[in-house]
Amino acid sequence: MGANLFVNYGEAVAMILFGIGFGNLLLQPNLIKKIIGLNIMDTAIYLFLAEKGYIRGRVAPIVANGVQSVEAYINPIPSGLVLTGIVVSVSVSALMLALTIRLYRRYHTLDLDQISKQLRKEGL
Amino acid sequence: MDFVRNFPCISIMLCLFAGIISSGLRGKAAMLVNTGLLVTNTVLSACTLLYTLSTGASFVYVMGRFPAPWGNEIRAGVLESLIALFFCIIMLLSLFGGRHKLLQGVEEGKLYLYYVLMDLLLSSLLALVYTNDMFTAYVFVEINTISACGLIMIRQNGRTIEAAVRYMIMSLLGSGMLLLGLCMLYDLTGHLLMSNIKESVALIVAEGEYTIPLIVSIVLMSVGLCIKSALFPFHAWLPDAYGYSTVSSAAVLSSLVSKGYIFLLIKIIYRVIGFDIYHDTRIIDILFLFGLMGMIFGSTSAIRENDIRRMIAFSSVAQIGYIYMGFGMGTEAGMTASVFHILSHAATKSLLFIAAVGLTDVSGRNRQFIELTGSGYRNRWAGVAFTVGSLAMVGVPLFSGFISKLLFAQAAVQNHAKMLPALIVLGISTILNAIYFMKTVIRIYTPVEDTPYPSVTFRDRPVYAVVLTAFIVLNVMLGISSQPVVDMIRQGLAMFA
Repeated sequence: MGANLFVNYGEAVAMILFGIGFGNLLLQPNLIKKIIGLNIMDTAIYLFLAEKGYIRGRVAPIVANGVQSVEAYINPIPSGLVLTGIVVSVSVSALMLALTIRLYRRYHTLDLDQISKQLRKEGL
Repeated sequence: MDFVRNFPCISIMLCLFAGIISSGLRGKAAMLVNTGLLVTNTVLSACTLLYTLSTGASFVYVMGRFPAPWGNEIRAGVLESLIALFFCIIMLLSLFGGRHKLLQGVEEGKLYLYYVLMDLLLSSLLALVYTNDMFTAYVFVEINTISACGLIMIRQNGRTIEAAVRYMIMSLLGSGMLLLGLCMLYDLTGHLLMSNIKESVALIVAEGEYTIPLIVSIVLMSVGLCIKSALFPFHAWLPDAYGYSTVSSAAVLSSLVSKGYIFLLIKIIYRVIGFDIYHDTRIIDILFLFGLMGMIFGSTSAIRENDIRRMIAFSSVAQIGYIYMGFGMGTEAGMTASVFHILSHAATKSLLFIAAVGLTDVSGRNRQFIELTGSGYRNRWAGVAFTVGSLAMVGVPLFSGFISKLLFAQAAVQNHAKMLPALIVLGISTILNAIYFMKTVIRIYTPVEDTPYPSVTFRDRPVYAVVLTAFIVLNVMLGISSQPVVDMIRQGLAMFA
């Protein structure tokens, strides 16, 4: 069962990184660290996809020197998915950072629990 | 009539273009564009529904000119177009009903942004309903999250920003899991189109290889969508997000956004994994358990709540529990009941949110129950509407909630192993529902001697009253003539397979 773990070490690393990112996004009280966790989590998925699309001994799917054989290139679809995913995660991170700035200006702290405490004090 | 096949694609594109155009318009103009868009989409969805009903089969619309395994596709059947039609109607009514609050609560210069976000939200909902491609579904899930977050924080105060941050964090956890799950599924099957994945999954299961990765991927996708649709243990963000945003946002979020994710999960169960394979993984037992827990805990939290908006928000947790309980039955009847409850809950919850804002308005904008005493006399339309919504939620005959409870009970009786827990929890949950909704109804109809608050009549808010009447009619229609809708749902689910 564990025999393939070393062969597919790229995927294993991706899963560990996903766990680290997921845990950070879920458990860190600090908003900036949460956003870093989000980025680690997303990047881990891109590593997983890139690792899955890669075929040893082949090159990126851009036609070079007139070689048109399918055998010469790696699978292009995961690369396309990674590009789309990067666009999505950039916009989500930007939105989260903007929200963090708003909260910091208002409450002068990045700790989400502190902010909740202050909100309860305000009685809003 | 084959021209109708273009309508699903056209309606998604119209939403995207309306969003782009509205970003250059002033508030009022953007509002008009949005209203026009919603009316057009309602008509287009109704045409698609009639077309699929007349042909009796679903159709596939190829985006671009690439054929099946490579290109992107849209697929429309009876169920998809029914849900799309319903989403458009509910969104239209919710926006009209909350318009006066929106004009009060949002700065004049930012009003257009609200409608841009609404257009984007509608586009993502329609795309989630119609798409036949898993990665497209993921991208529109993220668009849905971003626009929903904007809708929460359009009314700027500390509470809404904090609620938006919490909503974003939970949603991002969910979409991360969804993305990982579908990447694994792509890795296993080599396809992104739902129909192709289903064929490959059937092959994988038949050969008995890669069972564990398949189950992991199904679990990741299901849990991701459960988090996003606020199933019981993941509902911490929900009361703040629904309780403090502007009323149209709350109505749209509770009745449409979470339903979009649930509908995607239904599509995954039927069209990607296959109902029988999904059933055999035993994941549905976990969904069943959490659904039951949500029904109880959502209602008990609602009973303890002293704020009417947050009470309605907690009631959503319980209702989402009902829907997942229906999934958990693992039968066709359970699924039909769940889909019917999606419609009935959408119609009722938006009615309750919009009626509640009428009641709080005539109570000096206080949301505590003590201040609401007698508000049903001060705003009679809102009072009647709130009562109708409460009766529907409790499950009184004539209203939509009764039919969904009846369907759930029928489905429970057909499944021997789960009959007892399902029926017991259904009964307890109905009593708990009755406790907090009837408590509120009695409160708003308790007469008070001299009240400092003014009364509101039909003349003050004609649009609001008309919207509430439309909601009441919709609810009663779903309750009285439910059979055609249930037949459509059955037909649609049969087309899924």
